[in-house]
Amino acid sequence: MRHKQNALTINDLTVAYENEPVLWDVDLSVPPGVIMGIVGPNGAGKTTLVKAILGLIKPAAGQVLIYDQPYTQQRHLVGYVPQRRSVDWDFPTTVFDVVMMGLYGKLGWIKRPGKQHRQVTEQALEKVGILHLAERQINQLSGGQQQRVFLARALVQDAQIYFMDEPFQGVDATTERAIVTLLQELRNQGKTMVIVHHDLQTVSEYFDWVTLLNVRKIASGPIDITYTQDNLKKTYGGRVSFLVNAVESQPSGLA
Amino acid sequence: MSFIPEIFYDLLFDYTLRTVALGSATLGLVSGALGTYAVLRKQSLLGDAISHAALPGIVLAFLVFRSKAPLILILGAVLAGWLGTLFIINIIRYTRINEDTAMGLVLSVFFGFGLMLLTYTQRIPDARQAGLDRFLFGQAAALLQSDIITMASIGGIALVVMALFWKEFKLLSFDPEFGASLGYPIRKLDILLTTLIVIAIVIGLQTVGVILMSAMIVAPAAAARQWTNRMHIMVLLSALFGALAGISGTIISSLAARIATGPTIVLSISLIVVISLLFAPNRGLVWRWIKQLKNRRKLELDSVLIDLHTLASQHGDHTHSHSRQVIRAMHPGDRGTLHSLRELQKQHLVVEEPKDQWSLTESGWKQAQEIVRERGKTQ
Repeated sequence: MRHKQNALTINDLTVAYENEPVLWDVDLSVPPGVIMGIVGPNGAGKTTLVKAILGLIKPAAGQVLIYDQPYTQQRHLVGYVPQRRSVDWDFPTTVFDVVMMGLYGKLGWIKRPGKQHRQVTEQALEKVGILHLAERQINQLSGGQQQRVFLARALVQDAQIYFMDEPFQGVDATTERAIVTLLQELRNQGKTMVIVHHDLQTVSEYFDWVTLLNVRKIASGPIDITYTQDNLKKTYGGRVSFLVNAVESQPSGLA
Repeated sequence: MSFIPEIFYDLLFDYTLRTVALGSATLGLVSGALGTYAVLRKQSLLGDAISHAALPGIVLAFLVFRSKAPLILILGAVLAGWLGTLFIINIIRYTRINEDTAMGLVLSVFFGFGLMLLTYTQRIPDARQAGLDRFLFGQAAALLQSDIITMASIGGIALVVMALFWKEFKLLSFDPEFGASLGYPIRKLDILLTTLIVIAIVIGLQTVGVILMSAMIVAPAAAARQWTNRMHIMVLLSALFGALAGISGTIISSLAARIATGPTIVLSISLIVVISLLFAPNRGLVWRWIKQLKNRRKLELDSVLIDLHTLASQHGDHTHSHSRQVIRAMHPGDRGTLHSLRELQKQHLVVEEPKDQWSLTESGWKQAQEIVRERGKTQ
């Protein structure tokens, strides 16, 4: 693995609000072609980490590299799925229009999307199974459908590395399955997914790489040696009773 | 009703009325179109803050240049409105004061300063005739053709910029963080869009006045949102409503002497808002109310059908008839059973036999089965 480029490298990343550190001195490296979960308690800085990587929050210190180059030069390699609740779903627009916004980065200033952009958009809609909703007003969607819209918008970005903020939050079981299948498909194409996640029960099932975060990075690495009871205790502090179940399926010798 | 053609004749050929109507239509058009963004971005208060903040700019521009040329006063208003906006943005960013409070602060401080300057100006002998106080409540009757040309060209430029950056402004309004992740300078776009809104407000100040101008930013867009789910249609409708309010406000104020045009324009747009809130399809209150009534009616009919279906099933005969008393007894307390039966009869789902006996028709039986199956699925 050493000779290979890392998809994501973070050095000494620190973010503070009003002198209160939200992320403290985080180092991270993620190889290409993995699905990585970021796990940690509420207020651990998971969303902040993703936003700081994407330059949406200005860090107090630190450096973010995408394929060994500064983020600002590699933006075209990056796709983003924000939290579903971060936008107003009563906005007067259609599913198709929202998905096409994923192409705005490549389109550049003032230019309008053309025919081939429409095709790319349709393909992405088909891929997430909502082509039939293309012309629907976005306030007439279920939670799962909204999440699929955001995923399709990220797909048209045609990125190498995707950052997703809680894509499984509040979606139905069918959508959850569909997202997992999609993620695996993308991984098999050599793409990298960095995913903020809440449900400890599904971590070992969905991800092959994991970062445990609580302001500081507690551990990061392949799931089978990183996702241990010991590390979970360090991340979540005393509240461990429910955590034991989460890692029961893990080889106990490693815990 | 002979005065109606007369008004249209005056609108076309009376210089004052035509000028005022054109000016009011222009301001309604521009503020309607750009106000859409303020409403969609939930910045309705921003318009209020900007229009009040513009007042000291107008007075200062006059004091410095000793001129009341529209372009100079507008420039002063734009600068002050813009400065107020920058204050708001930075207060939110660098202090713990929240958006509402920041807007309230800027509004009252700037407006207070403006009023102070205004009273000072009144005392300067050669400024007495300047009539700057018309900016408080607006004075459409004083509009000149040159004012209209200034308003239309500045407003036109603002609309062209809006059309050019259509895609960027849409992204900014819907999902600014995603836009930033794509590499768009969201803060600069925000400032550009806000500048356009400042322009839209400022060109209406002379006509509508600083106090009522915010209504022209918020109201047309709020009304337009009721009628459409597409952003480009919303912008067009909002512009149309604004222009319509401008013209009808002018007409109303011309009918009765001594009624200022600003308030009649705002009243006109308010009427459009009320009509939209009540009668727009899907979102309108009346529409929803009718839909609710229809739903309730349908549920009542369905329940009678199902009752007949249940009774008939017990007899193993689709067309077994029952008296109305029996049917009503299945839902004691329900009234209007006869009414429901008559309604179903009209739809050929039930037939009446002698002595108030009722039975399902073949299609009534099928429909009842359909309903039973549907309900089974959802439960």
